[in-house]
Amino acid sequence: MTVAVRVIPCLDVSEGRVVKGVNFVDLRDAGDPVELARRYDAEGADELTFLDITATSDNRASAYEMIRRTAEQVFIPLTVGGGVRTTDDINALLRAGADKVSINSAAVARPEFLSEAADRFGSQCVVLAIDARRVSVDHEPACPSGFEVTTHGGRKGTGIDAVAWARQAEQAGAGEILLTSMDSDGTKDGFDTAMLAELRRTVGIPLIASGGAGTLEHFPAAVAAGADAVLAASVFHFGELSIDQVKQRLAQDGYPVRRTAVPA
Amino acid sequence: MVAVVSPKLVVLDYGSGNLASAARALLRTGAEVEVTSDFDAALAADGLVVPGVGAYEACMQGLNAVRGGRIIGRRLAGSRPVLGICVGMQVLFDRGVEHGVESTGLSEWPGTVERLQAPIVPHMGWNTVQPGERSVLFDGLDPETRYYFVHSYAVRRWELEVSGPFTPPVITWAEHGGDRFVAAVENGPLSATQFHPEKSGDAGAEVLQRWVRSL
Repeated sequence: MTVAVRVIPCLDVSEGRVVKGVNFVDLRDAGDPVELARRYDAEGADELTFLDITATSDNRASAYEMIRRTAEQVFIPLTVGGGVRTTDDINALLRAGADKVSINSAAVARPEFLSEAADRFGSQCVVLAIDARRVSVDHEPACPSGFEVTTHGGRKGTGIDAVAWARQAEQAGAGEILLTSMDSDGTKDGFDTAMLAELRRTVGIPLIASGGAGTLEHFPAAVAAGADAVLAASVFHFGELSIDQVKQRLAQDGYPVRRTAVPA
Repeated sequence: MVAVVSPKLVVLDYGSGNLASAARALLRTGAEVEVTSDFDAALAADGLVVPGVGAYEACMQGLNAVRGGRIIGRRLAGSRPVLGICVGMQVLFDRGVEHGVESTGLSEWPGTVERLQAPIVPHMGWNTVQPGERSVLFDGLDPETRYYFVHSYAVRRWELEVSGPFTPPVITWAEHGGDRFVAAVENGPLSATQFHPEKSGDAGAEVLQRWVRSL
């Protein structure tokens, strides 16, 4: 009896619509987050993550509406992230139906934001997203672990050590870390297992592996390195791998997974 | 024609976050659902649901502001069903200890809510449970059924001793990282789950359905 490895599809959403390609033949509207959420729920997703919901305040309303509609029909946890800067942002997302909120650059800019969020809403809904890349210690002496926190989709280095940042975030009250390898992201060459293992040694909060999923073998490797959950986008969106296949592969290696009745 | 009467449920609104989720999941059972902090409506409902997320002390303050303890106590005195979820379950015990701060609970059950002793905390994700004997909520379900948990604190010792003519409570346990804790309690009109049935997909819907049918 032990908690299952969570398999989490990630959707990029802008102005209430799913962006970046999603390629399911039987969807009427591949841009509709609700329809996709239902699809992934039916396939056995353990949680859903919506990222980059918006960068500006103008289109917030469509994001809230999207979350509300999704939460009305999908009864699994929803994490929402992108442009979350204030506790009022968090409050509005939770009220719309999000269960957890992913915080990234706002915490880099102002680390106290994490503790403010945890104090007001509880650690269980505060996810710290870390976009990290490998750096040489000679080049970036402030990052002795060899992993640097980046912002702006990996384009901007911050000079912050990713391992130290994870430790600080845990102390501040973050309840979970979504760790994306910017080197692996989009490569389909596998998760950065060395980075995962380094963070696992450092923090005692759940760790979600992200960036690099390409084949079934990549998923148990991430769990072996210390991930509690595995997140992927394009391999699911383009039907290259199904959530059920990933779970079967994890189960083969002896990892607990949540099995649901998958429609034929 | 047999008239089908849907039970009327109230989800107690005391400022805790996930009221809408609970209400939507309960609507799926066919019940009528109202989210309110109204004292009389909460007393009159066929079933009262007390959700809860976040910190113990904050939930207690919210409950006190709407006289939640009084509502729950009066309902139980009249054998009127109440279901607590997550922190809504934890506040039913004597006390909660978070970050060394002790908060007073509603004391419907003896016991302390304390930090889980596991390598990875929060306990976040889908886990199985070990149902107690004669459980209405879980009896006969596949033991591999998983429910969604997200919490750092739990009741790790069940302290209520029942003897004599009273029906003993049904305690359902779960385990995380080697630590065992109470996952659900069924005690006459008072039931509670540490997990979130409203976020546990079809498995959670089944548990809510069973509770609603028992009203």
